[in-house]
Amino acid sequence: MDISIKFWGLPLLAWIVLLPTIGATANLVFGRWLSRGAVYTIAIAAVAAAAGIAAYLVFGPLLTAFKQAPATAVIDQPVYTWIEVGKLKLDLVFRLDTLSAVMILIVTFVGLLIHIYSTGYMASDPRYAAFFGYLNLFMAAMLVLVLAGNMPVMFIGWEGVGLCSFLLIGFWYENESYATAGRKAFVVNRIGDFSFLLGMFLLFWATKDYTAGSNALDFRELAGNSQIQSTYVTSLWGGERLAAWAGIFLFIGACGKSAQIPLFVWLPDAMAGPTPVSALIHAATMVTAGVYMVVRLSFLYASSTTALAVVAAIGLVTSLAAAFMAFAQTDLKKVLAYSTVSQLGFMFVAAGTGNWVAAIFHLGTHAFFKACLFLGAGSVMHAMEHAGSHAPGDIMQMGGLRKRLPITRATFMVSCLAIAGIFPFAGFFSKDEILGGAWSVEPPGWPWWTGKVFWAGLLIAALGTAFYMWRLYFLVFGGEARSKPAGEAHESPPAMTGPLIVLAFLATIAGFIGLPHLKGVHPPAITHGLATWLEPVVSNEWNDPPPKEAKIAGGPESRLASDLAKKAPDAPCCCVPGDQAPGASAEGATTAKQCAQKPGAMCALSPTKHCVLEETSDGTTYLLMLIAFSIGGLGILLAWLFYARGPSKTVDRLVAGPLGPVYEASKHKLWFDEVYDQIIVRPFKIAARGLFEIVDRFVIDTVAVNGTAFVIGLFGRIARWVQNGQVQRYLVGIVIGAALVFLVAQWEHKATFEYEIDPSGNTVRLVADPGGGLSTLGKVEWDLDSDGRIDAVGPEITARRGDVGTVTMWIEDPISRKRISVTRVVIEKTPDSPEGSK
Amino acid sequence: MSNILFDVGYEHFLVLAAVLFLIGVGGVLVRRNALIILMSVELMLNAANMTVLTFARMWGDISGHTFALMVIAVAAAEASVGLAIVVAVFRGRRNVDVDRLTTLRH
Repeated sequence: MDISIKFWGLPLLAWIVLLPTIGATANLVFGRWLSRGAVYTIAIAAVAAAAGIAAYLVFGPLLTAFKQAPATAVIDQPVYTWIEVGKLKLDLVFRLDTLSAVMILIVTFVGLLIHIYSTGYMASDPRYAAFFGYLNLFMAAMLVLVLAGNMPVMFIGWEGVGLCSFLLIGFWYENESYATAGRKAFVVNRIGDFSFLLGMFLLFWATKDYTAGSNALDFRELAGNSQIQSTYVTSLWGGERLAAWAGIFLFIGACGKSAQIPLFVWLPDAMAGPTPVSALIHAATMVTAGVYMVVRLSFLYASSTTALAVVAAIGLVTSLAAAFMAFAQTDLKKVLAYSTVSQLGFMFVAAGTGNWVAAIFHLGTHAFFKACLFLGAGSVMHAMEHAGSHAPGDIMQMGGLRKRLPITRATFMVSCLAIAGIFPFAGFFSKDEILGGAWSVEPPGWPWWTGKVFWAGLLIAALGTAFYMWRLYFLVFGGEARSKPAGEAHESPPAMTGPLIVLAFLATIAGFIGLPHLKGVHPPAITHGLATWLEPVVSNEWNDPPPKEAKIAGGPESRLASDLAKKAPDAPCCCVPGDQAPGASAEGATTAKQCAQKPGAMCALSPTKHCVLEETSDGTTYLLMLIAFSIGGLGILLAWLFYARGPSKTVDRLVAGPLGPVYEASKHKLWFDEVYDQIIVRPFKIAARGLFEIVDRFVIDTVAVNGTAFVIGLFGRIARWVQNGQVQRYLVGIVIGAALVFLVAQWEHKATFEYEIDPSGNTVRLVADPGGGLSTLGKVEWDLDSDGRIDAVGPEITARRGDVGTVTMWIEDPISRKRISVTRVVIEKTPDSPEGSK
Repeated sequence: MSNILFDVGYEHFLVLAAVLFLIGVGGVLVRRNALIILMSVELMLNAANMTVLTFARMWGDISGHTFALMVIAVAAAEASVGLAIVVAVFRGRRNVDVDRLTTLRH
């Protein structure tokens, strides 16, 4: 679908990106001359306008198109041809489909709230304009990333958010450790970006022949072109499919951006940035980029269960490890940082189990409650700082703030309930979707218990989440004030509490767009809205599963519903009508018997939400929900037991005693930084030192620089002897030079002659070449036929061909009168040749 | 039999011109007196003149004579300017040694 609404010659989608860019440019270039009011007006107006356009496009044209036919709900707006080299033709194309619609709404809306909040939080910062400029740039980069129609354009945004995170994390660069944190984020992200590039190149290499002359690496081409689909399953190195390698390379890139093991180490340090930045990085932008990318490429990951296994396993390990690391942190924002890492792990498990909708669902709800939590944390720290605290983030010095900061406390509690997964807050539904999906997933080639392992692991992580979040809550707001500033803190200004209230409200209700299907319960259609909405974009089918490993009741040949119905009439079946491409639109779960009533219908082995959850019975669904709910409750209960009145003595006893090593491990985030320092950073530094000594000090400084100077000096000393200012000495040089030129010119230049036989006629032209010395053009005599008589005279003669045989030429030196003779065979003559006779 | 007085060919003129030229070059290169250097330059010019005239005779071509007249005119002008400079320098410094006329060197 093409929406050709243009504004000043540019399509509307481009304006979504352009407006924050303009805001950023204005604030970064002219900001120093603008008043604070002007700065935040520009910044907020830019984001608000982008949010307005986004909302208009999504709820206007896109929704209309979606209602007509979900598959056509795409707004495609190329801006111009970006690169055209050989088989690579790239447009700078922005595409709004149902997936990017969800993302831009989250990004622009949460981003807008964070902008508003920042006006209060950063009110007294000297580099106000730069901060808002960077924030706008961050928004622009993230919007490029989510609206990109092909991978290289996505990469622009991908790098852009990396750059902006560096700028913003190191915003207070006067502090050395903050600047280091910024650099660390950048370098770690670069490692991931490199892998992302490798994955992108691999995909281009594999698909270049099928997209030649059209959009290379375009997501729609990659997803929809059947030839390209078949290249994904061709095996590459090590017998793995191409999709596995491309997927894993790209996922390592996602690990960098979305802070997964092993590249998560930058995120906790990223707390060095101003708190609104943390909120922006953790909620709306940056860390969600990896999850978004994996879901965007769902067709690729659906082609390789190996890649999916890697994604899910890394996600699970990360969610567990990060939850563990959060237990012992005493910095308010660090706890939240590990919580983000852990929740991102949840999202990757969802993506890795083919549960794309749940990944995006959790991404959305997490954006709301995590933004609320971070902004709440910012509010708390702001209050503590203004009350005179020197360590405003230290939760051990807080306590009792529920009385001092009532609004912040209320919103924080809502968000903590949401992240702990308590009904009916948003986190309950999204986390339950992930857990339920993990429980029931059976991708081809995986053992049946894999999903159950993921489910169990995530439950433990969820328990940890509830515990450490509520530990945080009780330490900050519960009990009595443990320091003087905590007893004197005041609530933050409305610019800060306003966004908190909005976000808390969303964290409460956002879950109701993704309810599971349950028999006998018929809530309005909007409650399943997200799954329906995303269905056209995400991949609903495993791409070409290995047949013998496909676990479908009745065997792989029974995917035709009528076949399956004969063997197992009551087998659960994800029914796809026969007149559509497999996986295009599953109608919902049913039994094989019912599905077989439609002619040609297929039973898809589908990972879509309708089908997967309905395959598990309602009883199981309720049970899973109950377990998830109880786990959340259990975590809160444990936190209450230990921390309701400040840190309890039991905790101190345990830490001092049996749990000491565990506590240390958590406190030092499992020594990841130390290990990296030992195995990567230090060897790297030693190598760099060696290179510095060898290459820089020796090769460049000594040999190249000083060596050049020495050689030039040497020649200079020689030349100085000649260049002495005495004209006569120079004249000696001229005379010697002239003599040399004369000698060289005359050297071995003997007299000879050239001949030219006319190809058509019967004449031969002979030209004397007098050679060097004094014999310049003396008298020239010719004997043309070697009979001893002189036949012709003159430096240049023309003779009949028949007269010419072996020619002798004499030149007489006009001065010395010496005769020089030259003999050359011009035309070979045999005695009996007819030419020989005259 | 050859007569050293009357059997004179082109080569004798050319060799004489070459010898004169080399004497001129040597004078320019080794003498320090500006006056002598000027005289040596005159010698070189006249050696060149003699060569040109010899070849003009050899080929029966009048243009060589024209060149020679031209060179004599230019040489006269050059000699007068050069001698004027030498005289002027001598008045100022009582000395025309080119090695010591270094005021304009740097």
